[in-house]
Amino acid sequence: MNIIVCLKQVPDTETQIKVASDSKSIVTDDVKWVMNPYDEFGVEEALRLKEKFGGEVTVVGLGPKRVTESIRTALAMGADKGILISDDALEGSDSLAVAKALAAAIKELEYDLIFTGQRGVDDDLGIVGAACAELLGIPQMSIIVKVEVAEDGKTVKVTRPVEGENLVIESSLPALITTQKGLNEPRYASLPGIMKAKKKPLEEKTLSDLGLDAAGFGEGGRKMKIVELTPPPARAAGKIVEGETPQEKAAELAKLLHDEAKVI
Amino acid sequence: MTGFQEYFGETHNMVRQTAKKFVEREILPFVDEWEEQGGFPRDLYKKAGDAGILGIGYPEAYGGSGGDIFVKIACSEELMRCGSAGVAAGLGSLDISIPPILALGTEDQKQKFVPPVLKGDKISALGVTEPNAGSDVANIRTKAVRSDGHYLVNGSKMFITSGARANQLSCAVRTGGEGHQGISFLVIESDTPGYSVSEKLKKMGWWASDTAQIFFDDCKVPVANLLGREGQGFYGIMQNFQSERLQLSVMANMTARMALEESMKYAREREAFGKTLTGFQVTRHKLVDMATLVEASHEFVYRVAAKIDAGMDQVKEISMAKNFACEVSDKVTYDAVQIHGGFGYMREYLVERLYRDNRILSIGGGTQEIMKEIISKFILT
Ligand SMILES: Cc1cc2nc3c(=O)[nH]c(=O)nc-3n(C[C@H](O)[C@H](O)[C@H](O)COP(=O)(O)OP(=O)(O)OC[C@H]3O[C@@H](n4cnc5c(N)ncnc54)[C@H](O)[C@@H]3O)c2cc1C
Ligand SMILES: Cc1cc2nc3c(=O)[nH]c(=O)nc-3n(C[C@H](O)[C@H](O)[C@H](O)COP(=O)(O)OP(=O)(O)OC[C@H]3O[C@@H](n4cnc5c(N)ncnc54)[C@H](O)[C@@H]3O)c2cc1C
Repeated sequence: MNIIVCLKQVPDTETQIKVASDSKSIVTDDVKWVMNPYDEFGVEEALRLKEKFGGEVTVVGLGPKRVTESIRTALAMGADKGILISDDALEGSDSLAVAKALAAAIKELEYDLIFTGQRGVDDDLGIVGAACAELLGIPQMSIIVKVEVAEDGKTVKVTRPVEGENLVIESSLPALITTQKGLNEPRYASLPGIMKAKKKPLEEKTLSDLGLDAAGFGEGGRKMKIVELTPPPARAAGKIVEGETPQEKAAELAKLLHDEAKVI
Repeated sequence: MTGFQEYFGETHNMVRQTAKKFVEREILPFVDEWEEQGGFPRDLYKKAGDAGILGIGYPEAYGGSGGDIFVKIACSEELMRCGSAGVAAGLGSLDISIPPILALGTEDQKQKFVPPVLKGDKISALGVTEPNAGSDVANIRTKAVRSDGHYLVNGSKMFITSGARANQLSCAVRTGGEGHQGISFLVIESDTPGYSVSEKLKKMGWWASDTAQIFFDDCKVPVANLLGREGQGFYGIMQNFQSERLQLSVMANMTARMALEESMKYAREREAFGKTLTGFQVTRHKLVDMATLVEASHEFVYRVAAKIDAGMDQVKEISMAKNFACEVSDKVTYDAVQIHGGFGYMREYLVERLYRDNRILSIGGGTQEIMKEIISKFILT
């Protein structure tokens, strides 16, 4: 079973995000970059399937050179090879363009399953997985917490939580699955794994290597434009609910939740 | 950027990432509870072993993960980020007890005593200090008398990190006459008849680490557990010093760094007299002094570590680095509590723990005064 995992590099969730002076991007100087946590679930799930069915796990990342480190981390966890799509013309691309480049690279590979994160924890868009599946003409199952591949390796049954219930979906392969928290607990990249990863193949491809025209990518190719980035409003001071008795306090709280917070 | 050599490269960053994730997942959610309980669950060793963290710096032939000195440092720094030096010390007791086995042991002994510890299946501790002999190591009195394929061991060991639940103790004993020539190293397993352990000792800091006294009462240790030859024990103890002092320097540096970071965060938020604490020049300058010391100490320790890694003898330098790092963390943790005002005295604030945990660093692994004795021999004779 050959599995592909798409990988995005995102700012570490601990990073203090600052909006840049153009109000449309973030200051990246002090950012520590890590593998998108949802992609880690994808890597782990792919490795578990490989351990059961055999085959190869290929990690496909897109972005500047620094993304290599995250691809190597996936290789250190146990993936077999990596591909980095890197091209100056990609700078500023939107999700659709990213999906186009990923799909072009994936098309050249043999695969039964593709994993992407259900979203990147940076932009929170959740587009790339769906767009990629569409471009490749394969089924897509999103926000999945359980993956069971049939013994014959021809179909997959997945679970998606919906409003406290579970939706179970079955699909033929090849297919694309977007991962949700709860799918698994990703393994650690151990030092011996990290050392081995240095010797695993990591190929770098430009847009022209993939037969793509740079014109459709980058800022110019965006179908979706960022108008403005603003930090979330500073948290306002808390409110202490007044009242003589618990009953009074409860009534006051209910009133505030209804009238002010508008949550009930 | 080119033109200078960084100590940490891609491999180190990846290991750092692994250790960081381990801390976030396995330690941080529980660490305050463990501190108050005075211990962490035994299975943390297993988890750290499985993640390959315990094996860092040890040969793959014995279940280690290999790696240079900066891999070890990157990992130790991230473990310290859990905010409990006690957890780091407890997990790290193998780093003082395994090196003598590797330095002196036979292949059989190494295969028997090292892999289970690096896997996290067994806990290993170092027993050198005694109630009446700490700095004066050559004066230890725990006696091991040889008879019929065994050593009969009598005496006790004091302040043993992980002592309350260690499965094996790399233990300095007296097999010969007075002085350092009479000292040998035995691996004593905790299920040996005549081996017993005190209650956990109550301490100022390192609450999450179990420290205990260990008693030997006609403890019958197989001769096969002798490391090296009789009389080589002192050499085994010395073997440890460079790496133990380096580890303690790293601990001191991270203690200081976290205290500084907490203080900067606090000073930016806390208001007094109508402005944040960073609005007072005296506070700003205090933070600058703290940051400068932290920076200098890190650079010093890294530099010495690089030389150790290159195989250079750094006994003088590492002794200096340990003292320097500990003095920095003494000052920085003190100032951090000061900046936090009354809140710095409260357990909810990390600086309170850093301040307590810090105090041992200039005592363990050779006291500040003993470091100075060593350094003075180098520079004055
Ligand atoms: C939390 C904790 C964990 C520990 N873990 C371990 C462990 O795992 N294994 C282990 O074997 N030990 C361990 N120790 C013991 C530690 O190594 C000793 O406490 C340390 O070596 C100092 O010895 P001591 O306590 O006997 O002090 P002493 O040697 O009695 O020293 C008392 C004071 O006298 C000073 N002094 C002594 N000799 C001289 C001199 N020649 N010149 C000037 N001043 C001198 C010392 O610097 C010190 O200030 C631990 C201790 C603690 C507190
Ligand atoms: C154990 C304990 C018992 C206590 N008991 C009592 C009690 O019984 N009754 C009571 O009323 N209070 C009590 N306190 C409170 C104590 O008096 C305060 O903690 C103390 O006055 C400091 O105030 P603060 O904690 O708000 O620190 P802050 O005033 O916030 O000070 C934080 C830091 O900023 C510095 N700073 C503040 N202003 C300036 C400035 N203008 N220039 C330069 N530096 C400045 C401070 O020196 C300090 O280093 C107690 C506190 C503790 C910890």
